[in-house]
Amino acid sequence: MEKFSYDNKIVKYFMLASMIFGIIGMLVGLLAALQLYWPVFNLDLSYTTFGRIRPLHTNAVIFAFVGNAMFAGVYYSLQRLLKTRLFNDTLSWIHFWGWQIIILSAAISLPMGYTTGKEYAELEWPIDIAIALIWVVFGINLIGTIIKRRERHMYVAIWFYIATFVTVAVLHIVNSFGMPVSFMKSYSWYGGVQDALVQWWYGHNAVAFFLTTPFLGIMYYYLPKAANRPVYSYKLSIIHFWSLIFIYIWAGPHHLLYTSLPDWAQSLGAAFSIMLIAPSWGGMLNGLLTLRGAWDRVREDPVLKFMVVAVTAYGMATLEGPLLSLKNVNAIAHYTDWIVGHVHIGGLGWNGFLIFGMIYWLVPKMWGTKLYSPKLANTHFWIGTLGIIVYALPLYVAGMVQSLMWKEFTAEGTLAYLNFLDTVDAIKPMYLTRAIGGALYFSGIFIMVYNLMKTMGAGVFITNENDEAPALDKKVVSGGSWHRVLESKPALFTALTLVAILIGGIMELVPTFLIKSNVPTIEAVKPYTPLEVHGRDIYIREGCVNCHSQMIRPFRSETSRYGEYSKAGEFVYDHPFLWGSKRTGPDLHREGVINSSASWHYEHMWEPTLPSPGSIMPKYQWLFSNNIDVSITPTKIAALRTVGVPYEEGFEDVAIEVLNKQAQQIADELKQGGYEVEKEAEIIALIAYLKRLGTDITQNK
Amino acid sequence: MFKYYFDQIENVEIWPIISLLIFLTFFIGLIVWLIRIDKKYINKMKNLPIEENKYSD
Repeated sequence: MEKFSYDNKIVKYFMLASMIFGIIGMLVGLLAALQLYWPVFNLDLSYTTFGRIRPLHTNAVIFAFVGNAMFAGVYYSLQRLLKTRLFNDTLSWIHFWGWQIIILSAAISLPMGYTTGKEYAELEWPIDIAIALIWVVFGINLIGTIIKRRERHMYVAIWFYIATFVTVAVLHIVNSFGMPVSFMKSYSWYGGVQDALVQWWYGHNAVAFFLTTPFLGIMYYYLPKAANRPVYSYKLSIIHFWSLIFIYIWAGPHHLLYTSLPDWAQSLGAAFSIMLIAPSWGGMLNGLLTLRGAWDRVREDPVLKFMVVAVTAYGMATLEGPLLSLKNVNAIAHYTDWIVGHVHIGGLGWNGFLIFGMIYWLVPKMWGTKLYSPKLANTHFWIGTLGIIVYALPLYVAGMVQSLMWKEFTAEGTLAYLNFLDTVDAIKPMYLTRAIGGALYFSGIFIMVYNLMKTMGAGVFITNENDEAPALDKKVVSGGSWHRVLESKPALFTALTLVAILIGGIMELVPTFLIKSNVPTIEAVKPYTPLEVHGRDIYIREGCVNCHSQMIRPFRSETSRYGEYSKAGEFVYDHPFLWGSKRTGPDLHREGVINSSASWHYEHMWEPTLPSPGSIMPKYQWLFSNNIDVSITPTKIAALRTVGVPYEEGFEDVAIEVLNKQAQQIADELKQGGYEVEKEAEIIALIAYLKRLGTDITQNK
Repeated sequence: MFKYYFDQIENVEIWPIISLLIFLTFFIGLIVWLIRIDKKYINKMKNLPIEENKYSD
């Protein structure tokens, strides 16, 4: 019998970090929600405009709140399931502090406008490298702990943890490939359609392997613990695991239905999304049925209450997701607040409530005491549940109302709501209600913090929890089935998991890259001019993509409103692609055709309500006083050439000259309209980009 | 239109077939294993989280 101790301190730190960043991340979310109703909350500062605040919110809640909670949950259960202390204490602390430094650098760099423009992968290349390194530290600690285990077989939760480590590593590295231009600025390695496919292969699987698989592992450990009964069906959990990781990886293209992505990829993504209902619901039922015969306890135990709602929210979100992947449903839901409602069922319900349940269970355990007040925990539960409903329902209504308004035609055959703002006005009350729902959910956290502080005060923290177990004999498992053998070989298991997720990725990505030379290039489509490159970088920096799509779908309602639908060949020089996923404002792909007046853009960026009364867009007045940094222009051109934009050799030598000429033209045009502005001002570059958008193929007609 | 440039990859139709075969083989293997699986093993694994103080093997 060997004596050893479990490391509770690292669990405690990750847990506290999760709570602190949860509060910050949700506060930022609340600010973003208020900005949509009262634009004054943009505070007229570049750092606090919606375009920069929204990625701050998503990154904070995903990687800081949920991420830290994941590490806490994994590290606690991993040690106990394997009957060993974590592999290496130093690695644990490098992991902890490294992750917090990454979060901190994200919290600073995102409001400053350092962003790649790719959703949930906004962080710039130095931070991306840090993430990769710290993730590897986590992986070594995870696999190392598994190797020094005293329990021969790995419980299913650990399989989910392994899949999380392997897949997130692959996704992060592949999607983050870019060409650095300077410290904190890079261009995506991929362009246009390919960038879109890689990004949503990543984006969807960030949901799958950062927000889902680790938490399914956590569910399979903590739910049986809290209910004090084994999981309903272990066999089902095995099927759940393998089918989930096999299928999930294919589903990404459902984020790109009706776009310029090749049709086969769209269909593939949709088909696999539908298939996902099976493993997801298998997992949900497995969780809920674990409580069979114990439902009376759900009435009293707040931990179980949180977990039941979490698993139910998982079931709802994973049914809704596949339905949203049907092209006819997606045609209505895409670009609307429906999607925002959908992800918050997952975020607030599944991740949030599972984390709360887990923490309410962990704190009394680790402090060797009882929960201070189950009553307060119940209050938190009800406020939180109410918050989710008040948050999500208005957004479902808003999404459907707005989408149907976009698509409505008059009897004469013209758009019924030609002015996009009419459709925004109609859903503004729902924006307010959603903010109230968010505030409710947010307030519940403080009840939890108070309750947990009281609980911690009443107990004594058990830094190292002692246990004993016999050493694992070195005998090799040879008898029994292949899967049993597999489970006793963690390295092999990890390799097979990698193979499972690579198959889907390769099958989708490779054909799309093979056709690179055959993408239907459109001769009229030319690379951006140096000034437009600067303008595009400002567009990326300000996070315009968070509210404006650049992808006109082939629907009559869209071609009537925005013009010719978008073609794959139009995006070949877009590093990164900026198709967007939400239309809080109108699509901008043919903005250069619709609004070619420099003066209009000038007025609109200065005070959006001047040309568009009632607009909820923030003002961008700093663009008028900030100047672009021309000295970096040649580097930008060279970097873009490296990633495949065919600028002629030596073009960087004349780039500044070309830039100045175009800037002067726009400054002159503005002067005619009565506006005097220096030609170096950022607004000039942005206007140049906006005037260019979508004009390549329409000019040629 | 997409069909046009897709035709340019040689033997493009093999891709979905390979995918399907890998898929089917793996899941048939998995199901066969689950049907033949040792009950004792399943019970042991199932109770692992809630029997933390009992020793394995």
